Amino acid sequence: MSGVRTWTKTLLLTELLRGMWVTVRYLFRPAFTVRFPEETTPQSPRFRGLHALRRYPNGEERCIACKLCEAVCPALAITIESDRRDDGTRRTTRYDIDLFKCIYCGFCEEACPVDAVVETRHYAYHMERRGENIMTKDKLLAVGDKFEAMIAADRAADARYR
Amino acid sequence: MSNGVLQLWQSLPPIWGVPLLAIQILIVVCIPLILTMAYLTYAERKVIGFMQNRLGPNRVGYRGLLQPFADVLKLMLKEIVIPANSNRFLFIIAPLLALIPAFATWAVVPFSPVFVLSDIDAGLLYVLALTSLGVYGVILAGWSTNSKYAFLGAMRSAAQIVAYEIAMGFALVGVLMASRSLNLGDIVSAQSGGLLHWFWLPLAPLAVVYFLSGVAETNRAPFDVVEGESEIVAGFHVEYSGMAFAVFFVAEYVNMILIAALASTLFFGGWLSPFEGIPGAGTSFLGQPSFFWLAVKVSFFLLLYLWFRATFPRYRYDQIMRLGWKVFIPITIVWIAVEGVMAYLHWGPWAMPGMPS
Repeated sequence: MSGVRTWTKTLLLTELLRGMWVTVRYLFRPAFTVRFPEETTPQSPRFRGLHALRRYPNGEERCIACKLCEAVCPALAITIESDRRDDGTRRTTRYDIDLFKCIYCGFCEEACPVDAVVETRHYAYHMERRGENIMTKDKLLAVGDKFEAMIAADRAADARYR
Repeated sequence: MSNGVLQLWQSLPPIWGVPLLAIQILIVVCIPLILTMAYLTYAERKVIGFMQNRLGPNRVGYRGLLQPFADVLKLMLKEIVIPANSNRFLFIIAPLLALIPAFATWAVVPFSPVFVLSDIDAGLLYVLALTSLGVYGVILAGWSTNSKYAFLGAMRSAAQIVAYEIAMGFALVGVLMASRSLNLGDIVSAQSGGLLHWFWLPLAPLAVVYFLSGVAETNRAPFDVVEGESEIVAGFHVEYSGMAFAVFFVAEYVNMILIAALASTLFFGGWLSPFEGIPGAGTSFLGQPSFFWLAVKVSFFLLLYLWFRATFPRYRYDQIMRLGWKVFIPITIVWIAVEGVMAYLHWGPWAMPGMPS
């Protein structure tokens, strides 16, 4: 008896029609697609994107070349060399982050005692030539200057949890 | 056509008629057909995208409407690679062998009560012959490539077409019995009288078998083992690139439109209106037979093609063979016998006025 029922169901294509009913219902549902350059998904203030070096409001760079970030970096992506500046303070002469090595873990940001190295919410960047993956000190400071408003707002939003 | 053009046409020596006719066919049928095919690819990507909660192409032009042209441009600019160990002549000729029958079949498709390119009496046989010829392109492409994947695809295609061609032919025998004509225009006329007079009702199993066999013949999902990308890369056209690939692509889509047009002509009344005979609708545009109704029906069957592809997983090869030989062919044979009984008892189309018994 069940054989006859299966046979009839197969012959009348009922299961296939039920499958088609499922797909046609999805046809009328809105798409999930985010039209990327025009729309973006919401971001957390803790988002870890491109790195930056910050400055104090008076224009002085924050980094004091303590090398904690270099020490904590699990991917060995940070290279720092330091020297005495003319005014007697200790500053970096070289601060490179290799973006190909970096795993965007955010440890450098956490290790920094002066909030100098941070990760911004900027993530849509690319490299076109060999060597552009090395973020030098100048490039990092430029990123910091460009996104300072966003960086400061994100630190303020996250301050209660730190 | 305006009077002046007609006079020009008649004043020309007869030898000029051939290229002029060719241009006429090109403008009236080929170019609209290619445009339909181009937008069928767009519709396919859109419909399947929506069914998967995506958007589909939406970058080129408004909502991606120029996407087909971008694709054509890309394919035209690509290099046609000819494999070193292939049979060059057959490798180049195979896409044409797939394309030409796909277009030639359109000669007998009746577009509207007054427009058909060639109103021949053996139209149904012509259709059957040419749709089978298309497989030579596929087989030769698979063989001349000299690649095992392409060859496997070609062999699968041959076996599949043989299996489903028979079911398709038997389904056409049913139509032949009901309409008593091989002329496609006469077959449509025999179905006149509104939705319930079309052949899909008395020949319901044959209509289903015909359309599903058509899906199998055009190598579309869920019967696309011929190009099953998860098993044999791309089947018979693995080594084809650029315009050579595009020609196979055009042939496949034109064949899809053809199967949709034939299914609507043979079983769903072609250019006849579904509201024919209903009081009030009979005199208005909706009640009149026209190209519009054929277009509506063809669009519906093309949507079914896309819908199938978005819904069903690919059949296993032995399941395809089982479905073709052990399900479709018996169903058609049984229904031809049932039709004989119906004709004897004057049921269905044989009870309609104007039908000789």
